Amino acid sequence: MAGNIIRKNAPVVAEIEYDQGKINRDMLIRRIGKVGMAFNPIFAYFFLWAPIVILIVYSFNAGESVSVWRGFTTQWYQNIFSNAITAGTESARFSTQIMLDSVGNSMIVAFFSTLISTVIGTMVAMSLVRGNFPGKSILDAVLYLPVVIPEITQAISLAVFFRILFEFVNTNIEGVRATTGFGAIVIGHVAFSISYVTIVVRARLADMNPRFEEAANDLGANNWRTFWRVTFPLLLPAIIAGGLLAFTLSLDDFIVTFFLSGIGTTTLPIFVYGLLKTRVPPEINAISTLMLLASTVLVGISLIMQGRNASGSKK
Amino acid sequence: MASNLNFNPAVKRKGFGLAIPAMVWLGVFFLLPVMIVFVVSFMSRGRGGSPVLPFTFANYERVIEVFRGVLLDSVWIAFLTTIICLLIGYPLAFWISTRKNQWVRQLALFAIILPFWTNFLVRTYALQTILGREGTINTLLQSLGAIAEPLRLLNTNGAVLLGLVYGFLPFMVLPIYASVERFEFRFVEAAHDLGANDLWAFIKVILPMTLPGIIAGFILVFIPTIGAFVTPDLLGGTEGLMIGNLINTQFKGQGNQPLGSALSMVMMAMVMIALLFYVYFGDRRRA
Repeated sequence: MAGNIIRKNAPVVAEIEYDQGKINRDMLIRRIGKVGMAFNPIFAYFFLWAPIVILIVYSFNAGESVSVWRGFTTQWYQNIFSNAITAGTESARFSTQIMLDSVGNSMIVAFFSTLISTVIGTMVAMSLVRGNFPGKSILDAVLYLPVVIPEITQAISLAVFFRILFEFVNTNIEGVRATTGFGAIVIGHVAFSISYVTIVVRARLADMNPRFEEAANDLGANNWRTFWRVTFPLLLPAIIAGGLLAFTLSLDDFIVTFFLSGIGTTTLPIFVYGLLKTRVPPEINAISTLMLLASTVLVGISLIMQGRNASGSKK
Repeated sequence: MASNLNFNPAVKRKGFGLAIPAMVWLGVFFLLPVMIVFVVSFMSRGRGGSPVLPFTFANYERVIEVFRGVLLDSVWIAFLTTIICLLIGYPLAFWISTRKNQWVRQLALFAIILPFWTNFLVRTYALQTILGREGTINTLLQSLGAIAEPLRLLNTNGAVLLGLVYGFLPFMVLPIYASVERFEFRFVEAAHDLGANDLWAFIKVILPMTLPGIIAGFILVFIPTIGAFVTPDLLGGTEGLMIGNLINTQFKGQGNQPLGSALSMVMMAMVMIALLFYVYFGDRRRA
């Protein structure tokens, strides 16, 4: 750490005058720095993890209150897995079926938005790195906008857009009754996921030597064949990493979904929000712990993929 | 491949076809909606809060006159969040990157990323349980006899600030880590040999060389916090309102869509100013 970096073992040149006051001051500064550097990570990790640890511990709390410990139980997990409606007031009631439906909805949305955004994102990454056409730099800038614009702006823009579009469709086309729902949510998720996929894929593509593709071309492969035989296999780890990123972004998204959801399209984050806004059921800690477990597994897979990605690019 | 492009005018549009789906998608479902909101922000409020003609500046006047306080509060909270994240995150990134054992470094990074991959709502809820009237902090303090009555921690500006720092700290740590990791500590040795103490070596050498990471972290924290909606909604109650909550109320139920659009446009303008700041400093760094 700081100690060995800043060692002062250089020979002292005779002309330098010793100033004991300055040395004392400098040593004090160093000591303050060392104490700070030792204390900071302890504080930071405690701050990041204490709430999560408390959440997990209290998911096994026998009492219904989230803060008073009344002994160990796995009742809340059992309730979730046995599809039992818990006791409590009318508004606190929730059923495992509703939760499972919301998980299913989240999966459907995440699947389609990942599929579409990975294909479109990979294509545009190819065109930006290997292509050359007028307006390329404008497209490049526009691709970064969904990343840097506040999500709520994007969400209300899409909400207003669909409201106007559906009003037009419903009044002008006979027998059609369009509303927001899965389609709108997937469209919204794709709109922000494309940028993230593109960033991940183009980074890998820029590192890749174009000679492989040239060689394939010289050997008589057309562009289509070159892509599937050469570019795609080399690019695959990045495409998977980008896809996983799009998947988690979609799974976790609250704001865009919140403004575009219709009847029967409650995703898991919307479901959790509903629970928190009404009366918090005692199962909430168990649900959260299970969600935590699921994302840990996803992060693990993604990190392994990225590790492969990194080791592949070193060649 | 690139060299022989110049001889063939037909391939001047090379790769254009591959870009078409992204152009269409972003054009229709991103740029067009934002433009519509821009137009709507100049319209009047109709039945049920929907936009109607005539065009007017009234929404922007109301944003400035009525909501100026909340706007400035939001900027202030976003700014404070960013500064606190920087104060915690910078030494932390430094600490992680100076671990010699690669496994310790990976684990330390993983421990930063994992909470950030868990659902945002779940993390906010975890804070709710800690800060609540019967939450962990109040229970602990009461059992220790430090306080007689539970403190009001939830539904305050402080709770919102805490929630935002908690939610966005990793966005500060990761870019700073990326720039500190590449830092050559020989420069610090040189500074010491030239007579600088630790403080001056930090101010004159380490800080300027890791500035790009700091600026990137600043942008990554400031932009999402200024438009935050969930955190102030769940932790702030009626006291810790931010622009995001105002926009939400204008669009849900009987609201005022033109007014919400104007609020959203003002927020976007502020974000753009922050981004211009980034581009300006980013370019100067590169030059």
